[in-house]
Amino acid sequence: MSASPSAVVGQPFIDFDRVALAYSPSSGNAIEDISLTIHEGEFVAFVGPSGCGKSTFMKLCTGLKRPTAGTVHVDGQAVTGPLKIVGMAFQNATLLPWRTTLHNVLLPLEIVQPYRSRFRREKAAFAERARQLLAKVGLKGYEHKYPWELSGGMQQRASICRALVHQPRLLMLDEPFAALDAFTREELWCMLRDIWAEQRFTVVLVTHDLREATFLADTVYVMSTHPGRILEQRSIELPRPRDLEITYTEEFIDLVHQLRARIGRIRKTETPQ
Amino acid sequence: MKPTALERWAPWLAVVVLLVVWEAICRGFQVSEFIFPAPTAIMQAMIQFAGPIRMHAWQTFWTTMIGFGLGVLVGLLLGLIIGSSRFMYRACYPLLVGFNSIPKVAFVPVLVVWFGIGTVPAILTAFLICFFPIVVNVATGLATLEPEMEDVLRVLGAKRLDVLLKVGLPRSLPYFFASLKVAITLAFVGTVVSETVASNLGIGYLMMSAGASMRMPLVFAGLIVISVMAMAMYELFAWLERRMTGWAHRGQQGSA
Ligand SMILES: Nc1ncnc2c1ncn2[C@@H]1O[C@H](COP(=O)(O)OP(=O)(O)OP(=O)(O)O)[C@@H](O)[C@H]1O
Ligand SMILES: [Mg+2]
Repeated sequence: MSASPSAVVGQPFIDFDRVALAYSPSSGNAIEDISLTIHEGEFVAFVGPSGCGKSTFMKLCTGLKRPTAGTVHVDGQAVTGPLKIVGMAFQNATLLPWRTTLHNVLLPLEIVQPYRSRFRREKAAFAERARQLLAKVGLKGYEHKYPWELSGGMQQRASICRALVHQPRLLMLDEPFAALDAFTREELWCMLRDIWAEQRFTVVLVTHDLREATFLADTVYVMSTHPGRILEQRSIELPRPRDLEITYTEEFIDLVHQLRARIGRIRKTETPQ
Repeated sequence: MKPTALERWAPWLAVVVLLVVWEAICRGFQVSEFIFPAPTAIMQAMIQFAGPIRMHAWQTFWTTMIGFGLGVLVGLLLGLIIGSSRFMYRACYPLLVGFNSIPKVAFVPVLVVWFGIGTVPAILTAFLICFFPIVVNVATGLATLEPEMEDVLRVLGAKRLDVLLKVGLPRSLPYFFASLKVAITLAFVGTVVSETVASNLGIGYLMMSAGASMRMPLVFAGLIVISVMAMAMYELFAWLERRMTGWAHRGQQGSA
């Protein structure tokens, strides 16, 4: 299953055309001149220094914010409001403390159509699906625990299950592994890799971790800050399926180095002013 | 950690000590019953006037409960409106704060002009004094919703009502129940204040008239009856809070 984006043909799934966004008329553009296309099933990662507009990009992509200039198209349609099909997960798991893990994962099915109208009737089937998903991320036996009874890494897994349970075509991850220790993080990389390989939804991953971006993504975008622009688009041609071992190969380390150098240059050229 | 047996009995012990000291002072210094009655004298008054006390206490109780019920309804509604819209929050909050800073006793004469002497002003005073903490708490619970949580729901196509029902309301429940404890005690204050000046029923009135005829033990009996009622209701709502929103407290323990 080779997944270099150039191999995917047809209409782009996400299409940004010279998009800019200023949070308020007086402040400058948070991001500007963003033009890119993402194909269905592609795994893209955004890296860049803090404050460069990665989270802003996510909000534009999902329709939570409207661009002040340019247009965003998703699945051929201009984005005018929140998309309704997206799964999202953040650095903090944002699980609801009054719901058990299972019911947290079920939440999207209570909201998204067509599951919503079938929820009452097919609750047992849905719960079974959520259980299978939880088992896949290693949370078997924790279905009826409350979020505070789970460790940080377990909460994050549950949060990713919640983002996936309605089988979204687009998964948005904003530094989902940033708060975790290195071992858990690598474990969750593999978890995400496997689920993605199986279901092939489109993933937009925001991260500070260049190894994470390189290991998981088909395409890595490097962003610059003030204003946020796309500095470089980098295809990662490493063969799939990728094993964690690959992160110790020379090719991989080279790629990470090159990305690092790109970001290092941003820093250097920007600090003097 | 479980409280030890001694800790559990500590409040009762404190009450007993207080009563003994009180009694001793009254007897030792031969304080006149018309100034500061001893516990035994109060006890006597309670037994002697058990019938009237029960009647007036019942009056105060249901008056307070109606006022409190109104306060919960209005407080919840206002809290929902103010808490779920930034605009309404901005618009109404200063107004509410201003309103709340008026001493509610000042309303009683106005209420008497409008509704005459009796139960209605008492109900309304209880209501006016108790709805504010409910509004503030419910509004705070809703307004402090994490933006990420809202984003997660909105990109699923959730309407505002969905966000409110699935997240906002359950999240503000602990705030709501915490405010009920405060509100119920305030409601008792409102009722009694109004009864003392504008009623011929209720514990407030009983104390007022007993005071006028220099029956101090009966006045104190009234005080004790009110505080027992208010405390019992407080405990009831504290228990309800623990039952309904245990997750909030356990959650804090877990993350602390
Ligand atoms: N709600 C907001 N209101 C005004 N300005 C904002 C808002 N959110 C972000 N910004 C500004 O937009 C710019 C980009 O912010 P954004 O959150 O997208 O950065 P980021 O790349 O996600 O950073 P980090 O890696 O630290 O999460 C920043 O300069 C920030 O100050
Ligand atoms: Mg961010």
